[in-house]
Amino acid sequence: MQLLFLLIEIIVKCVVVFAGLMLCVAYLTWLERKVLGHIQVRYGPNRCGPFGLLQPFADGIKAFFKEDLVPGRSDKTVFVLAPMISIVAAISIFAVIPFGNQFTIPGTDWVVKLRLADVDIGLLFIFGFASLGEYGIVLGGWSSGNKYGLIGSLRAAAQMISYEVALGLSIIGVIILSQSLRLTEIVHLQGGGFWNWNIWYQPVAFILYIICGLAEINRTPFDMPEAEAELACGFNIEYSSMKFAIFFLAEYAHMITMGAVAVTLFLGGWQPIIPQLGFIPGVIWFCMKLFAFMFFFIWQRGTFPRLRYDQIMKFGWKILLPLTLVNLLITGLIVSLRG
Amino acid sequence: MIIPLLKGLGLTLSRFLSKPITIQYPEEKVLPAKRWRGIQYFEMDEHGKTKCVACGLCMVVCPSQCIYIETAEDEQGNRYPLTYELDVSRCIFCGFCEEACPVKAIFLGRNYEWVEGDRKTFLMTTEDLLKQKAFNP
Repeated sequence: MQLLFLLIEIIVKCVVVFAGLMLCVAYLTWLERKVLGHIQVRYGPNRCGPFGLLQPFADGIKAFFKEDLVPGRSDKTVFVLAPMISIVAAISIFAVIPFGNQFTIPGTDWVVKLRLADVDIGLLFIFGFASLGEYGIVLGGWSSGNKYGLIGSLRAAAQMISYEVALGLSIIGVIILSQSLRLTEIVHLQGGGFWNWNIWYQPVAFILYIICGLAEINRTPFDMPEAEAELACGFNIEYSSMKFAIFFLAEYAHMITMGAVAVTLFLGGWQPIIPQLGFIPGVIWFCMKLFAFMFFFIWQRGTFPRLRYDQIMKFGWKILLPLTLVNLLITGLIVSLRG
Repeated sequence: MIIPLLKGLGLTLSRFLSKPITIQYPEEKVLPAKRWRGIQYFEMDEHGKTKCVACGLCMVVCPSQCIYIETAEDEQGNRYPLTYELDVSRCIFCGFCEEACPVKAIFLGRNYEWVEGDRKTFLMTTEDLLKQKAFNP
């Protein structure tokens, strides 16, 4: 009986998280267009439903009815596989993100933990899957048999791998502080008010993480793989219909997971800003912090121009990597000196 | 290096918070300038009829030859246009008809919205020209 309940709980959680994530992704596209519009002193989508709120569904229907093309000179299997790899990698990360503490179902003593999986190697899992997401982009551009696609995927490979080094090193400081790879533990250690958040202990790592994260998810100013102006959309140039939509969804899902990881590692996850506000559920705190990140990602997209390719590489290897190493060294030194 | 980046973010945030300057066309419209040369209209006399005396000057001056007039006389001997046809689909809105008119009967108005699926429907008669007056108070 216990097992059955557990199974039901897991399935319900999976469905709710998946549906919620997909809804968030859909509305993130709407939010992005809206915010970018207002940054450019215009309205953004506002014809489809009130405030354009039905726009994501209209876009989805449009994408669904478009012709699904597979180029003749492409590697068909890989071409079809690439968007799947992208979306699977982006969504899987959310399995280990703790988006709330736990609650007891009223009337029973059944405790529901608000996370899909609480694994010991949560952070490792996240970075493993984040790297897997690159394969989707690299293979997608390579298999489409298009020169722009190929250049895009080559850039993606170079850029993402070089920034992943700095990304991985930037969070090691947090791991040193919390002595754990388990995300719930990292969040628990940041409890008791915003002054306990890791952002105050690891401010440099936080900024480095944001920068590397942007490069990792191919957002402006690091959107080299799909640089519209030079590569005419880069790696996804040959994709149409639902395959393109899936790449699109994967990009936004990846954006959400990047933000969620940042919230978990640096901003205290589901913990309230001050303990007195603890009566507000953790999920809401988590979503509010995540929203702030999403807004920042969109906001900076509307602000900064794209970097040149050599600048990106130089910045990644000559500035970010040394900075993360220095940050790591100082953190390790302080922690070992304090015992 | 950091300060210009923050400045940029500040600028975009202030733009984000300002009101959009978009004019949402079908609901909101910009009134054209006073001397805008749009669709023609007829001025009325005190009887609610056209002021036009069918002198034919507009017909002569019209570069695209889109005006056709047939003249008639009433009992008092006043000339009036029996038919006055203006093909708006051919009109180039030069305003010569307005300049040529000796009795200030025809004017180019401020209305610019007219969509039809058929060219023949663009043929304006005296009544249509009088109706256009409503767009030009």
